[in-house]
Amino acid sequence: MKLSRKTRETLAFWGFVGPFLIGLAVFAYLPIGWSVYLSFFDARNTVTPSVFVGLDNYAHMLTDGPFLASLGTFSVFALAIVPLTFVLSLALAAGVHQLRFARAFFRSVFFLPFACSYVVASLIWKTSLFSGVRYGLANTVLGLFGADPVAWTGTVDPPLYWIVLVTARLWLQLGFYMILFLAALQRIPGRLYEAAWLDGAKPAWQVFRHITLPQLRATSVAVLLLNLINAYQAFDEFYNIMGDSRGYPPFARPPLVYLYYTSLGSGGQDLGRGSAGAVLLALLIALVTLAQGRLFRFDRGALS
Amino acid sequence: MQSRSRRSFLTLAGTAAVGAVAAACGSNTGRLGDPPPSTAMSAGPPPSKPAAKVPLQQWYHAYGEDGVQDAVRGYAASYPGATVKVQWNPGDYDSKIVTALQNSAVPDVFEAQVKIDWVRQNQVVALDDLIGPVKNDFSPAVLAAQTVEGKVYGIPQATDTQVLFYRPSLLQAAGVQPPQTVDELIDAAGKLSRDGVKGLFAGNDGGVATLTGPLLWSAGLDYLKPGGREVGFDDPRAATALGKLRTLNANSSLLLGAPTDWSDAGAFIDGLCAMQWTGLWNMPKIRDAFNDDFAVLPFPKLDNSGAPSVPVGAYGAMVNAKSKHVAEAKAFVKWLWIDQTTDQLEFATRFGFHLPARQSLIDKADTLRSGPAADVARFVKENSHLVGGPVWTQQANTALSDAVAKIAKEGADPVAQTKAAVTVAQSELKRLFG
Repeated sequence: MKLSRKTRETLAFWGFVGPFLIGLAVFAYLPIGWSVYLSFFDARNTVTPSVFVGLDNYAHMLTDGPFLASLGTFSVFALAIVPLTFVLSLALAAGVHQLRFARAFFRSVFFLPFACSYVVASLIWKTSLFSGVRYGLANTVLGLFGADPVAWTGTVDPPLYWIVLVTARLWLQLGFYMILFLAALQRIPGRLYEAAWLDGAKPAWQVFRHITLPQLRATSVAVLLLNLINAYQAFDEFYNIMGDSRGYPPFARPPLVYLYYTSLGSGGQDLGRGSAGAVLLALLIALVTLAQGRLFRFDRGALS
Repeated sequence: MQSRSRRSFLTLAGTAAVGAVAAACGSNTGRLGDPPPSTAMSAGPPPSKPAAKVPLQQWYHAYGEDGVQDAVRGYAASYPGATVKVQWNPGDYDSKIVTALQNSAVPDVFEAQVKIDWVRQNQVVALDDLIGPVKNDFSPAVLAAQTVEGKVYGIPQATDTQVLFYRPSLLQAAGVQPPQTVDELIDAAGKLSRDGVKGLFAGNDGGVATLTGPLLWSAGLDYLKPGGREVGFDDPRAATALGKLRTLNANSSLLLGAPTDWSDAGAFIDGLCAMQWTGLWNMPKIRDAFNDDFAVLPFPKLDNSGAPSVPVGAYGAMVNAKSKHVAEAKAFVKWLWIDQTTDQLEFATRFGFHLPARQSLIDKADTLRSGPAADVARFVKENSHLVGGPVWTQQANTALSDAVAKIAKEGADPVAQTKAAVTVAQSELKRLFG
């Protein structure tokens, strides 16, 4: 039997897309749906609960001190990481873009950390660079100036642990955002700079301020959005740098780490409240993303 | 709940034993799929085929000591009543077992400490009929780790504990006596902090995770009162005791940010600290490093109204209620962790440094007869406490741990923080018991 072209195309479409769609349904949509279902039940140590509690889990999470504090931790992290990543990745991209030789080499050098596992980087940061003993790299450098060893992850006042967390994330993600900016910089037409030069614009800051930055608007908005969502989803470096086999300090616990301990902690799994927290967090991310898009006129920026 | 009466268990165990004897009499190994013995040369009707042994899966977490895995596989292989397959689980075993219990018939037998939510969800089987005759031989604290509302859900396998390791030579050089009170411990840690060496290491979190229990016990308090229905630290002395951790953290005498955490002896052995709160399991490594220049202490008392203490923890052999072979799994647990006392002694003392879970076996252990090891055995007999316990929930533990972290690390008000933790713990008890 000879199949029509349209049927063949349809079969080919489902042949390619079907397996991935099934995977997505089984490993993403079904768990998300089940998680929303669990959030309305008392589900301790079970994923097939029977006690319906309505919105109790949501009410609990909205008044739960540690969960609200974790949102505060996220805010501190986001306030540090979003602008720093934006400025440093843009500066790196502008620097690499200006290079007349070895541009590919430096592009690769700065991008390589992005390929590194967050877990591996966290462990290097924790045990080698910012170890609290005298032979940690940071303490060795301090020791050259006669300073005593500093307990980087254990010092709360001042909160030195933020240096460890933020530098780890910066090292890991700067290269990725640099590549985004680099691609955008390469798309800016040279004639704009020529026109600016003819109009008497001063090179460097004036050209950067009035030509380059506006042309990067769409990329800048995307970088900020991605950065903020990634900050919300921070888990690996926090968990591996600050946690240990017996617990986790409350002062550096972002939302996902708190939800992990609530839902999957070895001491008892409260999947109902954990799911409610996950739904609330997802809603919060969606709201903030929409608000940020509206604030920066994402729609207009994307089209310009 | 799939628990069975003692009579039905004995019937099943007896059937299993008869089957085992029948299997042992032939050349058949009894394993599924083996061919029957050849009958080509024999006259008469073929012998009846022995009943196939049921397959059981037994899970352990990954013990760090060499030889344990081979030993437990050997114990399982020599069990005549079933074909027991041992699974070794590296990584976050406690989370894995909690997840496995939710809807899985696997594993049939596993090691863990029972949680009250497991009992409420009918995920584990009561083992009182197994342990009944020898129950008094187990240390009360170790047995409490496996008991919920009077029923025992796990047969304790071996006892782990933590003690204060110190170097007598360093204390002597600093003019410090082994501390007998919490204030003396703080004083000693301060005097021993010199020349790049810190006085005490109790974890990179400043002792929050490991010293919360000992501090409560030092004041004569506990996580929960006896019976497990009331919070045990709703008392002004709790704030006083927990406030001592702030003093330790604030006077720069604690080692923080060490490459390995409290459970490893690396910081102590490498000379980064003069005293370390760590597990008994590190004693062989510490002895190799310092020969006789080390000694142990329990956590000291707060004052004369309190007492010194050591925490104990013990995995127990448990049976999954969703197992397809609950009776056979119980028979195996009884055989291994009640009857095979020689194997139990070997399991506890040959591969690392643990105490046997049964008092009668502690007395038989050659490794526990002298020196610091004998001291530890004595501490466990006289001053052991269970950390938390089956009724102490994750929610309550997070609240107390957060309170202690805020007191110790941020200098928060001990009274207000302790009260906040009491409130959460009370609410959890209300949820559990109404």
